[in-house]
Order: sequence, then C-alpha cells, then structure tokens
Amino acid sequence: MAKSTYYIPVGPIHPALKEPIRVEAEVEGEKIVKVDVKRGFAHRGIEYMGMKRNAIQTLYLSERICGICSISHPYAFVITAEKALGIEAPPRAQYIRTIIAELERIHSHILWLGVIAHEMGFDTLLFWTWKGREKVLDLLEFITGNRINYSMYMIGGARRDLKEKHIRAIKDAIDYYWKFTEHMKEIFLSDPVYKARTRNVAKVSKDIALKLNLVGPIARAAGIRMDVRQDMPYDAYADIDVRAVVPQDIVGEVYGDAYDVTMVRIYEIEQSLDIIEYCVDNLPEGKILAIPNYVALLAKIRRTKGEAIGAHEAPRGEVIHYLKFDGRDGPSVWKVIAPSYNNINSWGPLLIGAEVADIPIVVAYIDPCMCCNDRVAVVKTKDGNELGYTEIRKKCLEKTEKIRRELK
Amino acid sequence: MGKLDNFKRSLWVFHASGGSCNACDIEIVAALTPRYDVERFGIKLVGSPRHADVLLVTGAIPRDFADKLRRVYEQMPEPKAVVVVGNCGTSGGVFYDSYNIAGPIDEIIPVDVYVPGCPPRPEAIIDAVVKAWLKVEKLEKKLEGKEE
Repeated sequence: MAKSTYYIPVGPIHPALKEPIRVEAEVEGEKIVKVDVKRGFAHRGIEYMGMKRNAIQTLYLSERICGICSISHPYAFVITAEKALGIEAPPRAQYIRTIIAELERIHSHILWLGVIAHEMGFDTLLFWTWKGREKVLDLLEFITGNRINYSMYMIGGARRDLKEKHIRAIKDAIDYYWKFTEHMKEIFLSDPVYKARTRNVAKVSKDIALKLNLVGPIARAAGIRMDVRQDMPYDAYADIDVRAVVPQDIVGEVYGDAYDVTMVRIYEIEQSLDIIEYCVDNLPEGKILAIPNYVALLAKIRRTKGEAIGAHEAPRGEVIHYLKFDGRDGPSVWKVIAPSYNNINSWGPLLIGAEVADIPIVVAYIDPCMCCNDRVAVVKTKDGNELGYTEIRKKCLEKTEKIRRELK
Repeated sequence: MGKLDNFKRSLWVFHASGGSCNACDIEIVAALTPRYDVERFGIKLVGSPRHADVLLVTGAIPRDFADKLRRVYEQMPEPKAVVVVGNCGTSGGVFYDSYNIAGPIDEIIPVDVYVPGCPPRPEAIIDAVVKAWLKVEKLEKKLEGKEE
C-alpha cells in the first residue's frame, strides 16, 4: 500500500522555537492528522533545590524559573510565604510590587505581539513592537537596576523604594504607552491581512477551554471571566476594581481565536496602564519592609510552622505556589504551577486538522514558556533503558519490604 | 581590539537554548531589534547550525539535552567558535547543585568566549560575538595556510 502520511519532527532545537520542545506531526498533504508533544528538555529541578536552601535564596531561585515572567514567580512566592508566615507587607511596598508586576505585564505582552507578528511573516512589525518594548525595559532598569531579573521583592515587602525621579519616569512612560497602544490597535486589529491570518485560527471554544483548564489571556479570549486579580485580589489589586478583559466586553462577540487573543492582550496593556496610574497617584507613605533585618526574618521563618497556597496573575495566566514551612529556615515543601503547563494542552486538539502553515501561529499564540513548565517525565536506568511505572512500583514495594524486614 | 581584515563575509550565528530561563534568550533577540541592531555589523541569526560560524549557547544544560548540544556543535563547519551566554552556562550559576544538570557547558563542548551576567546586557553579548569573530578569523587564516 502506498504511504499516504508523512512524519515531520520539529525540535528540540529548531529556529522557530526559542526554547527546547519537540513536536512530532504526521501530515496528509497539508493537513495534520496526528500530533505528539514531548517536553522536559529544560527541566532543572528548581523545586528540589529550593527545598535545600533558605527562603531568601529560594526567592531569587524562583526568579530564575522564567526570565520573561521574572517577577511573577517571586510575586506568587512572597504572597504564599507571607500567608504561611503571617507577615503583612506595608501598604507602600504592596503598591510598589503591583507597579512592578504591571510594568512586567506590559513588556511581556509587547514581546508576544512581536513574536506572533514574526511567526506570521511581518518582521517589520516585530522590530517596531520591540523598539517600543525598550522603553519599559529602560524604566525597569532605572527603578530596579536590571533589565530582566529585577530582585525587587522580599518576603514582607519590597527591596527598593520609589523616589520622586522614578515616579516622574513612570508617568513619562505611561504617556508614551497610551500613544503606543493606540498605534498598535491600529496596526494589529485594523490590518486586513493580520485579521485574515488570525481569524478562526487556533480557535478555542468555551467548553474546550474549561475542559483543558486553559488559563490567562487564552481563557479570557474564549470568553471566560477569570483573572486572579479579580477573583482573589491581593496587594494593591484589592483597592482597585480589576475586571477580566474579555472580548464580549470589547466588541460584543467571542471567537476565541488568535485574533481575540491579540485583542485581549492589547487591551490588557491599557488595563495595566490604568492600574499603574492609580498606584502612582495613590502611593501610600511609610516603610517598605515588614522585617527589615534578614537575619530576624530567617529566624522568624525557623520558628513558624505553616503552609499556604498563593496565586498571582502572570502575563501568561495564573501562577500558583504552594509552600510549607516546617522548622527549617527555608521551605520544606515547594510546589510551582506555571500557566504554560495548562496552555500547552491546547496544542493537541488545535493542531489536528489544521494546516501545516498554521503550526507557528498555534504554537506561538499561547506564548509558551518551556522553562516554566518542564517536569521530570522519564526515569532512566544506567544503561539508558526507560523505567515504566510498573517497575518503579515494584521497586517501591521492594523498598517497603526491605524496611519492614529491617524494623522487625 | 584587533582589525577584521581577513574575514570576507558576514558572521552567521546559531542560537541553541538549553535549560535556559529565557532571560538570555530574549536579550539575544533584543540585540537583533532596532535599539541594538547587530545586523548593521553583518551579524545574523540563522536557522541551521550547518550555516553558522558562531554558536551561542544559553542556560544550564539538562542531562537530556547534552547529547543534542554535542550534535549541534558537530554539525557546524570549521572554522567555528562557541560563546556561552549567562552565568548558569558558564559555571552552573544558581543551578549548581541540581540533579539534572550535565555540568557547565565547557564540560560538554569546547567554549571560546564566556559572557557572565544574569542575564548579560545586549551590549555584552555583541562584544562577545565580536571576540568570537576574531577567533574564527584566526582559525580561518590557519586553515588557509594549511591548504597552501
């Protein structure tokens, strides 16, 4: 019988992917009939390392989970740690943390808009959007001292204060971005080619989004009103009435496709600008750290026993951290859930039946972040064979038996 | 800095990201965009290691990825140079005691230029690529000498 399907492997090192992941597709002509996603190339065992270090070291380790959301993971970490330890950050620090998180959302969303334009073939647009992104990176560098990985947060507050010159720079950037987003709306949302290329591509219905546990802008583009800032407000978000940005509020209808995701992200930049404006105008006075002495902070962590779950709305969706403190100066259990882990689930159903030329859009539209979500999936023996679940279970039973014999 | 007199073409760069946290990767892309614009120097990112003169590697390399990186390095034609971007590829950085890291990149493939920083600024990355350029030029001279 003649062969009717062809096999296309993509990755783990591939020019279209900035990060290692493997997508294996079987195609029949232009149509994809079978798809498999393999992940785990970027697993670094961060949770395990965090459980060996003290809490302040682990906070900066959590920043290195992801370089693009380099404030989202520390934010979820400090919220969780504060809940578990019973510390409350001073109001000024809460507002500063919110400002930094929203500035990061602006840079991350503009980054995504550039990437999706690049995947579509609008390289000029990539360069133009990334030129606009440099302004917020300059501002973050001015406030925190680094373009990426800001080291701004601390359990019970923030490490750097906002001075008058910083506030002037923030206001200046806000003016710039109000004009920039207007311009972006014109270019992305009114362009007929962009609309034709994204309308009905990577389309997620509300049912599928709920079934696959999609989060963040992807779920909101499918019409689900979910946003951690709205559902479980924390820090300054509790003072601001944040509402999830959904397409039915903007244009009155929901498609759930890549065009709607673009729209949601552009309007979220405007929402971030509103939030930053409010925070800067209503910035409370006072100190920025609940426990300024780090030795005292570590001593308190050693004395306290407790556990908590905390969440933050990262640019890609909700980041959830679980921490348990148990008489050590660091967490004895640390668990991280990153948004891309849920969103990558949508690749399978979206790619089957799609055209080969739509693969880059489907892959890029969720703004995947492999370094956030890679887990250990395979256990190997010394000679390279994979261990299946049954063998691992057998080993587990053997160990129990061995311990039982020793204890007798 | 030496003079580039022997290299007769643009420098093509291939970027391989291992267990990187993305920070170095986006700084490399930022180096391509209008603010830093490396293409004005003739430096260009290419899609295949077979076309590349310089290999940029980011991140602490997980064990699963080490043999893939070795294969990418072997596919590159001579003369070639390797640049490691970021602390974690240089020494392990914050991931030094991880169970899944295959070690600093110079234990996997030979490295010519190190760029420390978490992440390094785009200027530092451009400087490193220019240093690698000088090295590639020297290697090319040597190869030409052998042919004659």
